Amino acid sequence: MPWLSRGLTNGVVTTRYPRRNDDYGKTFKAAVSVRVHETKPDHDVIANCIDLCPTGAISSTDQGSLQLDRGSCIVCGFCVQSFPEFFEFSHLLELAASSKKQLMMPYIEESAENLQAIRSELAERVRSLKRSVHIRHIDAGSDGSEEWEINALLNPIYDVNRLGIYFSASPRHADIALVSGVGTLGMQSALEDTLEAMPEPKVVIAVGTDAIAGGLVHPSYSTYAGIGTSLPVDIWVPGSPPSPFTILHAILLAIGKDNGTR
Amino acid sequence: MIEFHNVSTAEFREVVRDRMGSSSRLAALWGFDSPGGFYLRALLSHANEPVGSYELVTALVHEISYDALSVLIPGAQWYERVIYDLYGIRAEGNLPLKPLVFPRHSTDDPPMTHQVSSSVVSRINVSSLQRKAVGEGVFTIPYGPVRSGVFESIEYLVETFGEDISHLGVRVFHKHRGIEKRFEALNLMEAVCLAERVEGVASVAHATAFCHAIENMTGTEVPESAELLRLVHAELERIANHLDTFVRLTEGAGQAVANARFGIYKEEILRMRARLCGNRFGRGVVVIGGVSEGPQTNVDDILSELDSLELEMNRDIDRLMRTPSFLDRLKGAGILSRDLARQQGVVGPVARGSGIYEDQRSSKPYGAYAKLGFSPASPRIEGDVLARQQVRVEELRTSISLTRDALIRIGNDKASLWKSESTESISGVSLGWVEAPQGELVYMIEIEQNHINKVSMRCPSFCNLSALPLAFNGDILTDFVFIEASFSLIISGVAG
Repeated sequence: MPWLSRGLTNGVVTTRYPRRNDDYGKTFKAAVSVRVHETKPDHDVIANCIDLCPTGAISSTDQGSLQLDRGSCIVCGFCVQSFPEFFEFSHLLELAASSKKQLMMPYIEESAENLQAIRSELAERVRSLKRSVHIRHIDAGSDGSEEWEINALLNPIYDVNRLGIYFSASPRHADIALVSGVGTLGMQSALEDTLEAMPEPKVVIAVGTDAIAGGLVHPSYSTYAGIGTSLPVDIWVPGSPPSPFTILHAILLAIGKDNGTR
Repeated sequence: MIEFHNVSTAEFREVVRDRMGSSSRLAALWGFDSPGGFYLRALLSHANEPVGSYELVTALVHEISYDALSVLIPGAQWYERVIYDLYGIRAEGNLPLKPLVFPRHSTDDPPMTHQVSSSVVSRINVSSLQRKAVGEGVFTIPYGPVRSGVFESIEYLVETFGEDISHLGVRVFHKHRGIEKRFEALNLMEAVCLAERVEGVASVAHATAFCHAIENMTGTEVPESAELLRLVHAELERIANHLDTFVRLTEGAGQAVANARFGIYKEEILRMRARLCGNRFGRGVVVIGGVSEGPQTNVDDILSELDSLELEMNRDIDRLMRTPSFLDRLKGAGILSRDLARQQGVVGPVARGSGIYEDQRSSKPYGAYAKLGFSPASPRIEGDVLARQQVRVEELRTSISLTRDALIRIGNDKASLWKSESTESISGVSLGWVEAPQGELVYMIEIEQNHINKVSMRCPSFCNLSALPLAFNGDILTDFVFIEASFSLIISGVAG
């Protein structure tokens, strides 16, 4: 009985996302963006930026401007610190993308048909999942923080059950595989077996920079460059680790329930 | 505070035994395959009064084997297995060295030898863990690496003849990422970022221990304000980790309201950390020589938020620790005796729950702890899940008051010095340590003119996981979740 009254003391603490925007992102360095300039940086600056980045996320385009791959970026902020005129932190939390190409900053315009094809294929596949989905999480060599952020989705602040999203104990009942971690040799067969055990249709989400391209952990004698090297990944979630909102955005994107952003 | 000894392989075991006093503990046993040969390094921790010390015993091993230390110190066995997995150097005179962190095929070169480049060795395909208990009616429950719930991957083999767990097998190689080797390819600034990712939920502890090693090497004085801010982030990290344990224990006990409320507090702590530095895990805060920048928000706001959070949280903790349906699940479960805890070199809240009075914040003080007058949680002698919970409750309260004291001292002074300039060229061997949320964390780093030759670390969960199977004494299957949660293990750190 005392717990009952305790449970009622604070009223509703749950976010209204995705119906309304949540402004939590304002306090949080979620990603790095490239500032677009009229003048192009000179060659030395570009070389310094590329050299500075520990994961090789920064490169230069054929036109001589800087670009950054969020799929490799661990948001260490070295570039923002040294070259604030070219890089800045982004506070946007809806970062998940259905194609790896979309993680390039500034955005590369992917051919409309190509993107359309990816989206409609996914939409077709998840048509039966719209009302409610069950998720199976698999750790393929994470550092442990992704698990915290995924677990956070179940606390009252995010409470994803309100959206019909549930976590499943068995892969047999799961529609979505939420895979975190760099992809270690040791997890490879367990990962494949788990995905094999999931019924069709299924969606695979790569959670975190490590899972997308290996982050800072790869190359190593014991890892692959992300889980995409051996699995058909549908949604990519950048961040090291991605915040719960970003992971939620990815799940909504997977089942076609996001607000049409990106 | 650190003594170094070089001995021959033949003497190694005897020297280690002689140096071990009644209050000593084997803190680590590391291998290092340098171009000059294979080194075996035993790190001993002495809990002397008033301050403890470390002692490093090094031997150059010419053979492919050495005398097993685990014959004398049972806690050495897991280290010996790791050394065999990674370097192919065998400890002679003890049980067969079953694979723990990296099961090699006999045709492969050991992954950590210096000749092998950091390319992928080969795909791992191993059978499941071997059974230990046999007999009529005994059966096994394979649990993991993919387990129910959102957990890190680990493989358990629970052997039981109905209800009692008679034996627990553990293996962690699934998550082995080859982190130690990876350090060697990075510069110092990047290496701090990698340290933050060894155990992602203890990022601040890892970055601090790594930076301590470098600062000890160069004799860098960290500015006082930077030490205070490091303390704030380290203690907030501890609070978040302890709350995570509360969340898991209350979930196991079906305390839905308590579970929800501790989940909210944990989220609020992570958000508070993000407001202070822009990252929910305090990444990017600790740099060599200090911290990257001062608090990113008004300190007074954080202080008042901390006050109201403490008030609310204490009410729930008090209520929880008076709820019989919760306490009944914890009391008497997973007893780890003081002797076994000492034998395995257990650290942190698990050790303090088993009557071992050691906390590196006071026994080998560093940073701002001495100045703020820190005294560790009083140890419990029961050694059960409840004792570990009680230790965490007390530590959580201490952490909040430490955080508050440090924040008051930091204030909103924008002119504070946050970082002292580091030396141009760094060379040497040194040790860095902190009390991470799970216990003592040690880094040993060898650098030659800013190039990292070797990083060895020992994560607290490594020692604690090695003692987990010993905590099952007639405990039943439904106790498993509580015992495991009370050890608060980070698997990524154990697997390396």
